[in-house]
Amino acid sequence: MTEYLVPRAEGDVQYVQLLTPEGYRVEHPDYAFDGGEDEAGTIRGFYRDMVLTRRIDTESTALQRHGELGIWAQLLGQEAAQIGSGRALRPQDYVFPTYREHGVAYCRGLDPLRLLGLFRGVDQGAWDPHVNNFANYTIVIGAQTLHATGYAMGVQRDGAVGTGDADRDTAVVAYFGDGASSQGDVNESFIFAASYNAPVVFFCQNNQWAISEPIERQSRIPLYQRARGFGFPGVRVDGNDVLAVHAVTQAALQYAREGNGPTLVEAYTYRMGAHTTTDDPTRYRLTDEVEYWKLRDPIARVKVYLTRNGLADHDFFEDVEREAEELGARLRDGCRALPDPSPLSIFDQVYAEQTPELEAQRDEFAAYLDSFEGAH
Amino acid sequence: MTKVTLAKALNMGLRKAMETDPKVLIMGEDVGKLGGVFRITDGLQKDFGEDRVIDSPLAESGILGTAVGLAMRGFRPVCEIQFDGFVYPAYDQIVSQVAKLHFRTQGAIKMPMVIRIPFGGGIGAVEHHSESPEAQFAHTPGLKVVSCSNPVDGYWMIQQAIAHDDPVVFLEPKRQYHADKADLDEEATPPPLFSSKVLRTGSDATLLGYGPMVKTLMKAAEAAAGEGRSLEVIDLRTLSPLDMGPVFESVRKTGRAVVAHEAHTNLGMGAEIAARITEQCFYSLQAPVLRVGGFDTPYPPARIEEEYLPDLDRVLDAVDRTMGF
Repeated sequence: MTEYLVPRAEGDVQYVQLLTPEGYRVEHPDYAFDGGEDEAGTIRGFYRDMVLTRRIDTESTALQRHGELGIWAQLLGQEAAQIGSGRALRPQDYVFPTYREHGVAYCRGLDPLRLLGLFRGVDQGAWDPHVNNFANYTIVIGAQTLHATGYAMGVQRDGAVGTGDADRDTAVVAYFGDGASSQGDVNESFIFAASYNAPVVFFCQNNQWAISEPIERQSRIPLYQRARGFGFPGVRVDGNDVLAVHAVTQAALQYAREGNGPTLVEAYTYRMGAHTTTDDPTRYRLTDEVEYWKLRDPIARVKVYLTRNGLADHDFFEDVEREAEELGARLRDGCRALPDPSPLSIFDQVYAEQTPELEAQRDEFAAYLDSFEGAH
Repeated sequence: MTKVTLAKALNMGLRKAMETDPKVLIMGEDVGKLGGVFRITDGLQKDFGEDRVIDSPLAESGILGTAVGLAMRGFRPVCEIQFDGFVYPAYDQIVSQVAKLHFRTQGAIKMPMVIRIPFGGGIGAVEHHSESPEAQFAHTPGLKVVSCSNPVDGYWMIQQAIAHDDPVVFLEPKRQYHADKADLDEEATPPPLFSSKVLRTGSDATLLGYGPMVKTLMKAAEAAAGEGRSLEVIDLRTLSPLDMGPVFESVRKTGRAVVAHEAHTNLGMGAEIAARITEQCFYSLQAPVLRVGGFDTPYPPARIEEEYLPDLDRVLDAVDRTMGF
């Protein structure tokens, strides 16, 4: 019964890896890390990004525990997958996230406080997506992969693909998870992207768990191999290796920008935390598994690499830590200061062109609120 | 002035919209070379190219979901759902994404999209080809829902819907596509999209309907006139928002109202309309507002659909009952 199952916490998983969990650089025949002229600086930057992203996550989890957030979707353990892919983007590229892409949001320059609005319940994640080319969080599983594909079809129609102009050619990234890979929308997005050769990268963070359901419930084959059935390339990368994720994503993005069509990237990673702060993973998974993945921590291996090779000193790590402290303090204060919206504000946000009947409903509700003694 | 069918008028309206705005795209199953199974998009791909008239894979959620992305990129997609009963695979994208994105982003993004759905019965079709799902969309905040009943409205309303910045579910009475011709004056000034229209004045009772039912109501009023009964007929045209002003005015005059639709009666548009009339015209009413609709069963096999669909006799029966109060 279980012969076909994908190994999860075993050593025989095949993927692109450029930095081992022990912090050693290794070669891969197809992919190499491009860190630019100052490679050490770039890697230090990734380290900093991952530490700050983890801080956003742990701070937000704490804020939920203190009752300041209604819920928080944790990304602990997925920092390399998000920073490696997020840092491979160019400004004109466009991201369609799930609700867990806090690290990618950070890479796009979106203030993490904007994320907290959604989880605190003061808005629905209302940032203007066109400011950072980072679409709004999508909670319905997999729905955003079609939006990404449609956006990529629009990119094609605007002639912003395959021109050879590095500042113009545009790729779109659809983030989703292993659970979403079972959704019809994800499979339809694969078909549409393949049919129209749309410049989209399907970036699947396979964190092994869809709340309580293991990857085995979603797929009999490694997820990246599904791409083959849809007629485009698929590649699995060590999702806890920021260098490999960066290299693979960069290649897939460039492939899309040049007009070659979609790629499926499966970032093989692990959800170290719970699905959200309302989840209790001890009910469905073993501590052994978590312990196994702790040894594959995405941040620790970079720190070891930088330290062992003398690429970062004590002061650097201290500075990053201090920056994380400051970020944490800013999030704590900023979250508590987020104002509740006016109950009347909802009526004006439904339509671009307000309807008389909704306006009338708003006025009735306003009059009702005013009718209470001491309303003003 | 040209004489056109509803199918031709919609085709002309789509063509005009595509000429007016290069961002307008048409997408759907068989809309390209074939021109759609009802030929509403006939010839458009030939003239506007495959990038603007997009034959899609057979996946309704895919059509609507990619249309969301195209709209975010600045396009104005016009999505064709081939038949009413095939819209449900796209229901999630329509209700959870298309309808809510403006609200979710507090207006940062708009969804200027038209979802064309041929709807209603009477064409002798197999299952899933004759349904009337309008109430499900009218019940969804964020969508606007309209239905044309005749060629002239079809020509103007499709253009107005495409130019509108909110998502519009555009319901086309498929039974009327090739039924009647009407004089179309392309230089005329159309009424606003979200407005109802008095088609026939009368004093004894008000008949309310939209889409395929309007023709039936007009015939019923004609027949009633022969028996000395004066019926007012209003084509609602817009289902969300409703334009109740002319309805209230009419009911205050006649004191009686019958609302008819092919959709199931239970929780159909008629229920909402009856409630609003009762709230606003209570002291003018001589009788309860009556509903004539499809029965609360799934749409029946075609050989008995004429019994299922509200027809002239069932409308007049309701008029008799309302006059009996």
